[in-house]
Amino acid sequence: MKKLKIIIDHTRCDFCGTCVAVCPVDAIDLSEAKISIGQHVCTLCENCVAVCPLGILEIAT
Amino acid sequence: MKDHYDVIVVGGGPGGSWAAKYAAENGMSVLLLEKDREIGLPVRCAEGLSEIGLRRLVKVQDRWIAHRAKGARLVAPDGTSILSTAEGMGFVLHRKIFDADLAALASSAGAEVVTKAYVHGLLLEGGTVQGVTVQYMGQQYRIRASVVIGADGTESRVGRWAGLQTHLPLKDIETCVQMTLTNIDFDADNVHLFFGRNIAPEGYAWVFPKGLKTANVGLGVSGKEAKKKKPITYLQEFVKREFPDAAILTTVAGSVSSAPFLKKAVTNGLILVGDAAHQANPITGGGILCAMIAGKIAGEVAAEAVQKGDVSQTQLAVYEKRWHQAEGKRNGLIYKIKEIVNTFTDNDLNQIAHTLKGIPPEKRSVFRILKTAILKHPTLILELSKLFT
Repeated sequence: MKKLKIIIDHTRCDFCGTCVAVCPVDAIDLSEAKISIGQHVCTLCENCVAVCPLGILEIAT
Repeated sequence: MKDHYDVIVVGGGPGGSWAAKYAAENGMSVLLLEKDREIGLPVRCAEGLSEIGLRRLVKVQDRWIAHRAKGARLVAPDGTSILSTAEGMGFVLHRKIFDADLAALASSAGAEVVTKAYVHGLLLEGGTVQGVTVQYMGQQYRIRASVVIGADGTESRVGRWAGLQTHLPLKDIETCVQMTLTNIDFDADNVHLFFGRNIAPEGYAWVFPKGLKTANVGLGVSGKEAKKKKPITYLQEFVKREFPDAAILTTVAGSVSSAPFLKKAVTNGLILVGDAAHQANPITGGGILCAMIAGKIAGEVAAEAVQKGDVSQTQLAVYEKRWHQAEGKRNGLIYKIKEIVNTFTDNDLNQIAHTLKGIPPEKRSVFRILKTAILKHPTLILELSKLFT
């Protein structure tokens, strides 16, 4: 079975930090124009997917 | 940058600059760190605030003001439009210039301002925050401080690193998109607020004039609602309907807390300010003035603590107490009203608008509007009566 993870469409990200605000395990790292999800910390709660104003996060394999 | 300061402020928005300014004015050596390359950019803000409110805090410069609005036009889901002029004049700011000038005022007071400095951790020793780790120009720095002030916005991580509970539940975050539109024909004398389940559920859409032909047009919906349909989709539909011929100058995403303010906003060696402490108005999302008020208190309390040689949580809790007196009580009440307003159906909102038609515009204050809402919705009397006991 392939492992699920959250993926970001980096080409459309505005680096607004909304996903960071709702992450219960502080798995998302955001600097000025760089965002990454610590997959080993992520619990796949999908809060970030829910709140992204632009809808550019999704859960996938 | 030195390797030690009395106070380090993380985040160069209005809350951070005001904290830095007041800490410096009270004799502290202060470092203000901003992750972006320029203070004030990108602008993730509708830029509107109350003229009287701002004048209470700072000498207002003309160059900060893009436009003045005489009142607010509230539009119900059925299109009923209600003009309110009871809350006084509003400013629509140039946040880019405003934020840069506040940072300049902090600098004039003696604070050292550094941009493009990304704080990625705290120095934590014996349960006390003792500084930050920063990435700056490709180098890593460990900078010590007696007190760290986290003014790092809704996406704050500084508090979490010190063990404070700052992440927001989906129902208590407004997720927003805004476009700056130009070449539009609209009533630029007023700000315009649109309500309705199909426009912006558990939120609202705004049109804030930045000039006669230009406006910030955006909306926010709760995280709960954003799960079903994205703010960008709501906004594209809204703009197509209201301003089909507009030129879109910018599109920005962002979010604001609609949570009750953080009860525990300090720990040993750390104070949280502004959006990082969920201090924005839970209904309007306005956060500039309350962040500046909190920043001033935080700067003063940090200075008192350093001078006493006691930066413990107990000492820094003076900040929580003073902020609660200045703003917190009101914030708590507004949060409870928000929870009730979010239960309103479109029909409830239409009825409220129809009733308000019978009241003159200069008497349609927020208080009066809420009172009308309560009378239209008698079960709310019981709910609201609990708030005042």
